[in-house]
Amino acid sequence: MAPAPLATLPALPLHTAGKYVAGAYIVLFALVLVYVSIMAIRMSRIERELGELLDVQAARERADEHTLDQREATPAYPVKGRP
Amino acid sequence: MERSTPTASRPLAYGRGLRALSIATVIAVTLALALVFFYAPLEEEQGFLQKIFYVHVPLATIALCGFVLGGLLAIQYLRTRDARWDMRSYVVIHMSLIFALGTLVTGSIWAKGSWGHWWVWSEPTLVSFLIIFLLYATYQPLRFAIEDPERQARYASVFAITAGAFVPLNYLAVNETTAYLHPRVFSSTSNLPASMAFTLLVSLVAMALLFATLCKYELTAKHARAQVRALRRRLAGEAPSTGARSRSAAPALHHVGSAPAAGRSGA
Repeated sequence: MAPAPLATLPALPLHTAGKYVAGAYIVLFALVLVYVSIMAIRMSRIERELGELLDVQAARERADEHTLDQREATPAYPVKGRP
Repeated sequence: MERSTPTASRPLAYGRGLRALSIATVIAVTLALALVFFYAPLEEEQGFLQKIFYVHVPLATIALCGFVLGGLLAIQYLRTRDARWDMRSYVVIHMSLIFALGTLVTGSIWAKGSWGHWWVWSEPTLVSFLIIFLLYATYQPLRFAIEDPERQARYASVFAITAGAFVPLNYLAVNETTAYLHPRVFSSTSNLPASMAFTLLVSLVAMALLFATLCKYELTAKHARAQVRALRRRLAGEAPSTGARSRSAAPALHHVGSAPAAGRSGA
């Protein structure tokens, strides 16, 4: 059945129209909320990955320092009295 | 080895201005809601139900403009072959699709309140908007189906341009069709009383700002992720573009460094 033209329809009373208006605005709010939640999940993933990379970098720096210390402890030239 | 400057290693800061844009969006949305519920008068024929107009029409307008903008950005990609234009086109279309979904749902709610039906197949505006929505719903699967990033970007750009040209043509065609009345409060916005027109204008601006902010968030997040991946590859001692890329509908940004400098404008 074809809908009646809008002009012939009476205005809905507030208690009836209110739920539709609330529904429409809640849809917009829900869309934004879902999007922000997804973005929050993505951001936390990036933060975690960045933390992992910082750990890798820190471990690499520690290893480099350790190697440097070992080199300093072992002289490159022969020391007197040592074979 | 020479250490590169931060601006050289990070060619584009998508997050620039995000804070100001977010604050402007919050203010505009709050103002729009205040105007809708406390300033705009009740419409004579529909009464309180007409308040849906201030969310439905801006959502639809911004979604359609976003689809056209996605096509324009795709043209820019094909001209420059800069992956960032493809990324912008992808994000804008993705966001427009979400706004289009909001348009369909709010329109459906309005139709139920106005006509007593959730959906009317004989209404050309509703059906044409659904066709546009379904057309763009194939954009993501199309991208996902193509593994090679270059081909993916090229084919997706051609799709975005073609579909983007279809949107205004479709709008004009539907406007010519007047078999039934869409629940338009007025035959044209020029007939709106000043208070309603002002409220609609503020709602449109608020929705446009919301769209821009969400796009910028998405671009910033994608760029940050691409940078983290590049850093991971660098720490692993791999070449910047040799990292294995899992199949994704999202554009690849790892060949950003090879992009022409002409495309290095703000997001």
